[in-house]
Amino acid sequence: MAYLDYQVAQIPTGWRKILHLNWPLVFLIFAVACYGFVMLYSVAGGDFETWAEPQIYRFIVGMILMIGLAFVPMWFWRGVSVFAYVLCLVLLAAVELFGDIGMGAQRWIDIGPIQFQPSELMKIALVLLLAAYYDWLDARKVSHPFWVLIPVLLILTPTGFVMMQPDLGTSLMLITGGGIVMFAAGVSLWYFAGVLLLIAALVTAVMESRDTEWQLLKDYQYRRIDTFLDPSVDPLGDGYNITQAQIALGSGGWSGRGFMQGTQSRLNFLPEKHTDFIFTVLAEEFGFVGAISLLVLYSLIIGFCLFSAITNRDRFGSLLTIGVGGTFFVYFAINMGMVTGMLPVVGSPLPLVSYGGTAMMILLMGFGMMQAAHVHRPR
Amino acid sequence: MTKSPHDALKNSRRVVRRGLLLGGIQLGVVMTLGLRLHGMQIKHADEYRMLSDGNSIKIRLLPPARGLIHDRKGVLIAGNEQNYRVTLTREEAGGDVESVLRRLSKLIPMSDARMEELLKEFSKERAITPIVLADRLTWEEFSSIAVNAPALPGVTPESGLSRYYPRAYDLAHVLGYVSRVSDYDLSKIENPEPVLMLPEFQIGKLGVEAKMEDVLRGTAGQRRVEVNNSGREMRELSRKEGQQGSTLQLTIDAGLQNYAEQRLGTESAAAVVIDVQTGELLCLCSSPSFDPNKFVRGISSKDYTSLLEHNHRPLADKTVQGVYPPGSTFKLATLLAGLEAGVINGGSRFFCPGHLEVGGRRFHCWRRGGHGQMDAIQSLEHSCDVYYYELAQRVGIDRIAEMARKLGIGVRHELPLSAIAQGIAPDRAWKREKYDQEWQIGDSLNAAIGQGFVLASPLQLAVMTARVATGKLIEPRLIRAIDGVPQLHEELPDLGVDPRNLKLVQAGMDAVMNSARGTARSARIVAEEWRMAGKTGTSQVRNITAAERARGVVSNEQLPWERRDHALFVCFAPYEAPRYAVSVVVEHGGGGSAVAAPIARDILLFTLAGGLPPLTAVPEAQRGEMEARHNAMKLYSPQPPKQGRSQA
Repeated sequence: MAYLDYQVAQIPTGWRKILHLNWPLVFLIFAVACYGFVMLYSVAGGDFETWAEPQIYRFIVGMILMIGLAFVPMWFWRGVSVFAYVLCLVLLAAVELFGDIGMGAQRWIDIGPIQFQPSELMKIALVLLLAAYYDWLDARKVSHPFWVLIPVLLILTPTGFVMMQPDLGTSLMLITGGGIVMFAAGVSLWYFAGVLLLIAALVTAVMESRDTEWQLLKDYQYRRIDTFLDPSVDPLGDGYNITQAQIALGSGGWSGRGFMQGTQSRLNFLPEKHTDFIFTVLAEEFGFVGAISLLVLYSLIIGFCLFSAITNRDRFGSLLTIGVGGTFFVYFAINMGMVTGMLPVVGSPLPLVSYGGTAMMILLMGFGMMQAAHVHRPR
Repeated sequence: MTKSPHDALKNSRRVVRRGLLLGGIQLGVVMTLGLRLHGMQIKHADEYRMLSDGNSIKIRLLPPARGLIHDRKGVLIAGNEQNYRVTLTREEAGGDVESVLRRLSKLIPMSDARMEELLKEFSKERAITPIVLADRLTWEEFSSIAVNAPALPGVTPESGLSRYYPRAYDLAHVLGYVSRVSDYDLSKIENPEPVLMLPEFQIGKLGVEAKMEDVLRGTAGQRRVEVNNSGREMRELSRKEGQQGSTLQLTIDAGLQNYAEQRLGTESAAAVVIDVQTGELLCLCSSPSFDPNKFVRGISSKDYTSLLEHNHRPLADKTVQGVYPPGSTFKLATLLAGLEAGVINGGSRFFCPGHLEVGGRRFHCWRRGGHGQMDAIQSLEHSCDVYYYELAQRVGIDRIAEMARKLGIGVRHELPLSAIAQGIAPDRAWKREKYDQEWQIGDSLNAAIGQGFVLASPLQLAVMTARVATGKLIEPRLIRAIDGVPQLHEELPDLGVDPRNLKLVQAGMDAVMNSARGTARSARIVAEEWRMAGKTGTSQVRNITAAERARGVVSNEQLPWERRDHALFVCFAPYEAPRYAVSVVVEHGGGGSAVAAPIARDILLFTLAGGLPPLTAVPEAQRGEMEARHNAMKLYSPQPPKQGRSQA
């Protein structure tokens, strides 16, 4: 087994582990979250209690959870991966049957005081399982069609459930998140080229199927596609959100309209400004400087993840780190792509900044595992 | 399964390679996002900024205060007053409009029907549109609402300016009135100003208010306000006040107008006073009148119907819109036409046997027994019809019509008033065009005494008198100054009539009043410095049938009102140096000398005296009657204007 190769003696134990956390990453995460607190304070019209305060509490809980998880050794994560994946799959199926209605889609599960979205949990569980799978699999077999088919099925099964909810954003993230782990594991690039071709074909099929009996997407998803392609088609209806978001973003200019001075946000022209469109508030009030600085912080987080993964000689830890970083990357890339009008409006929050509990917890749990991989890396 | 350390190393390397490749791809995506941000926030920032401002910054118009109107002495006759009203916005009422209205109805009177009407209106309009609940509140009502504002969510007490006519009835026909802009008004205007779309904005609908609209309206101000996504106003960014409309000064004398209004009383009548030197109209009085303030406030349909159905037609401005057969007053034109044509002179005489046979028809003089030999002056003095029958046959209708037009009859006088009538000075061409018939000699005879086809408005009669009195081409004028700048007129041209002929006609008019047997002797002015000249007229509005004539002409008093004769009178004074001319028409009033002449005389006297005239100006027998009349009148104080509440 691979852990026999580790120079176990050099891996920190007990409370000493805290010294070996990837501290720059912790501070970067904290900095990004602070952007969130400030913006939530602003969109609530200068009110701390509405959104900023609960968000801070959740963040504190999340940070404690992250550091706690960092203490858990890697053999536990490897062992728990299959169980976690199966559990998530069962929960996903459960929301199909008993799921609560929220935001127009069945996504939530309600266990007593806690409500959460199993699809969010699945993002991490999938990465965990795939990392374990490629750690287990002989590196020479990764590109063998049979050994490629297995992870593809592992990815597509939960994606199918999520699609049924329907939640396009999360489906997209599951596929890209899983794809990134496969990519990092060394699956032949031809497969990826093939998938890209397949996607192109699928897009064509989806568009062609519109208004026919075998229509592949729901009507509102088609409208979102229309809106994405040309928001001005329906500036007061479906195109309203994205049009207003772009106006807010563009009108920020170099240095923005000033803290709490954004007219688009203050006068309620912006939709869902505390969740999916919070980036536009930042861009409106703090301008290009504010928006780019957040992008740089995000990039640094990805950078530290990548560096940690590359320097980690444990294949599981390294793939897990890349998977968590990749999921995080897809998160903010989809959100920013969406609000800048480069991607369709799929409904996905800005990680660590948007108001919302589940996404933040899941991400901080993911970073906790990634920290564990960092702490317990072979030296 | 075992792995060699070599394998493990190799696996690790592959993660490094793919990791770096992945990093590269991610960097590419981040760069793309950065470039996109740069493009939107730096390159196209201005465009987005404009869109953003367009969203949140709206221009709201500030209605301008309407220009004031003064009379020739500076008395305010159309002003603006504070109008207190309350509006309600559904959005702010918290959805429960009805309970707010119920609470409000305890403070101001509001009927159940009105409340239902309002609720219906609220359900139609957008939630953020303020709707006027009550208008023209007293200060007490207004302040009680303001004090109770916390209990009345969404209710806003507002104050705005609204038009007010302090002299109510007196000047209704001259000033007209303003009221809300209707869709019909908008359809008539090309490129209507945006201010006209304001729901409470009012424009002139009649009279000077309508004709001088452009001058009176002023320029709207602007407010830049910030609104939220539902259109609610959040704050005011900047404010530019509008420009009040120009102040107008009319040539009208409000005091005189007031007197004339009361002197005409309940008659259906019109009186015009014109300054014969300048053409300025001092009085344009049409009776009965109406209260224009009711129209500004929105007249009830009951009031409106009663105005429409009144047989004395209070809404019509009889001074310029009403046309009447001028009767014997037209003899001034016929006589002057004959003198100018040279077919007669002052000494030419015709014999009046009481009637004249022309073309197999008998034309009667008003005096059955006849007047005997008549010369020019006597023909006016006695108003002998046969003289004019003879004259008409010699002059011909075309020359009479030409003189009539020269004197201002059958000609439209341009004044800023509504529906000015042209009247008719008929001639051969006119009849051919209008009826496709040849002119008959009988037509000429009727026209010569102001019957038949001839029609003139009281304004035209006054203009004719002024032209006869001065020999100048007097044009009537109503606007004295705009914003204090006098509206000057060029030197009045000569009428082009021989002064000796004019003198003859004037002497005839003098004889009407002052000779021992003049037809209007009883209405004369005895004060020598105001010696007055005039001409009576009584025009038939019916044809007297042969059967009626056989039974003997029925006296006016026995006829129903609508069939009685019109009474007319024109006059000017002082005779030696004319200053003012007056025309009076009393519809179905009876005889010109008995009914119209005393009214015209009194109005002329008031004009000359600049106030209530001394009783010594009229014949002794009438002084008691005049004094009683003066005492019965409720005239506005002649004191200069108090400009208290009506200032804009």
